[in-house]
Amino acid sequence: MMSKPIERRQFLGASLATGAVATAAGLGLIKPQLAFADNVAGWPAKAFDAKLLKEAMSDSVGKTNVPVSSKVKLTAPTIAENGGAVPVTIEVDSPMTEDDYIAAVYLFVDHNPTPLASQFTFTPAAGKAYIQQRIKMAKTDNVRVVAKTNKGVLMASAPREVKVTIGGCGG
Amino acid sequence: MAGNVGNPMIRMASSAKKGEIVEIRSLIMNPMTTGLTKDKAGKVIPAHFIQTVTVTFDDKPLLDIDWSTAVSANPYLAFKLRAESSGTLKMVWKDNTGGNWSADSKLTVA
Amino acid sequence: MKRLLIALSIIGLAGVSDAAQAVNWWDLGNTKVGPAETLKQFHTYFKEQNPKMPLEKYALGSYAFSPEMYSQYQEAIQFNPGDLTLSQGKALWTKPFANGKSYASCYPDGGKGVAAHYPMYDPKTHDIVTIGTSLNACRKANGEAPLKYGSSDMVALQTYLTSLSNGMPMDVQVQGPGATQAFEEGKAYFFMKRGQLNFSCATCHVAYAGKYLRAQIISPVQGQSAHFPTYRAAWSAVNTLQKRMQGCDKKVGAVPQPLESADYQRLEYFMSYLSNGIKINVPGYRP
Repeated sequence: MMSKPIERRQFLGASLATGAVATAAGLGLIKPQLAFADNVAGWPAKAFDAKLLKEAMSDSVGKTNVPVSSKVKLTAPTIAENGGAVPVTIEVDSPMTEDDYIAAVYLFVDHNPTPLASQFTFTPAAGKAYIQQRIKMAKTDNVRVVAKTNKGVLMASAPREVKVTIGGCGG
Repeated sequence: MAGNVGNPMIRMASSAKKGEIVEIRSLIMNPMTTGLTKDKAGKVIPAHFIQTVTVTFDDKPLLDIDWSTAVSANPYLAFKLRAESSGTLKMVWKDNTGGNWSADSKLTVA
Repeated sequence: MKRLLIALSIIGLAGVSDAAQAVNWWDLGNTKVGPAETLKQFHTYFKEQNPKMPLEKYALGSYAFSPEMYSQYQEAIQFNPGDLTLSQGKALWTKPFANGKSYASCYPDGGKGVAAHYPMYDPKTHDIVTIGTSLNACRKANGEAPLKYGSSDMVALQTYLTSLSNGMPMDVQVQGPGATQAFEEGKAYFFMKRGQLNFSCATCHVAYAGKYLRAQIISPVQGQSAHFPTYRAAWSAVNTLQKRMQGCDKKVGAVPQPLESADYQRLEYFMSYLSNGIKINVPGYRP
């Protein structure tokens, strides 16, 4: 499902965007506060709407049980300075050649209202399967990453616990 | 004139040796609201967030990113590129309200 | 010594500072000593509290006290989100007024190095002049309507103008009786307890500086001004020192004042003077 997202987006085009929301709403998959008026074409709404980690994983990765590999490195602070801006660095060991590269990486926060935080698609031209960004965490929780190679091999990082505290007078 | 959306910025070296791994850093303004919070009047603040980031180099796909509301406000994104030939890195950000922004940066490869 | 400890425990700060001969933090609030002596006493106090911390390190605020938080700060400033506001400020600054002139024409040296000396005291008007009020004075002199303090345009301009002093040490001047009075009024406000929590600025930013208050390390007042305007993760935006004062007042259960109120201006004057010698670096990045 996620093997060629670029072509998928180009294929779907803009015309299907509103249709997708209407159908999904009819299926009761979108709750009112998350009914986005204008989803970007090809954005995987179902996976991003999943409320539980297992659902989010099966909707995105396709499996809920993925072996941990030391090749999948996830760096995050032990105690977040601010739960609204937790820095995460993802790096997956891979030659990143046409024959052997990381095609997709999925980032989860176990107990967030919607556990799938982000999804990344790589091409070999990236040279390294590397991402750095900042995420919101509702509370102390595990962050984890699943990587998928171009051949469909799945590997996961060990879950990384990040402590999120209530601020002092900082607000 | 100074708003809280758009104004994307890319930071990348302007030149690199062939085969070198170049790091690219980007920022864009966006509230990235989740749709799960209320304002002072008790009204739900609608979700407003960047959903996709499309990165190309020399018009060829490099990276495709899908974001949820869990990404922090004014989202920062860093990624890498193997410098093979000179070209332009282009990034396009799209949000769930029809917003669409792009920025580019040129790389000269020796 | 016993009476001292009883007094300390009543304030609830027993163990924070029991050095009998050293500078006591509440004595720093003496409004009769004048600016130079005040600065000397603050430097002495903080040196006693943190003997190994050089003056420049105070520019990092609470990050100077926690390597874990400092490394998150370093990651964040690889590309400070505040730079987005800085670039907006630059665009606003360079756009000419309707009369063809620009903001640069209002300041010596086109604005470079100017912020190091703000706030300043105007002996003619007996007013404190801040970066914000100077920007609106510039607009007025050129036939433009003033910008609302706290508006995103004003904050962006304040950020850009202040950034033209990046790398330069703060050098706020307090000369003459009027300026000295304004300085002492700022100091009095800093040490005045207020709100439901009955805290003064000093309660946190002097007595608890470098220590944990609930789950956060409190930053010392020394060095604070040098990184404002700053991006704060809590705001998801860049804003000014006075905006932070409003936040602090709210947090202690006091009614916040409007931006550029007389009290906030004098407080900013006092606080900025305390950061003299510390290099300006804006926009900052804070939790």
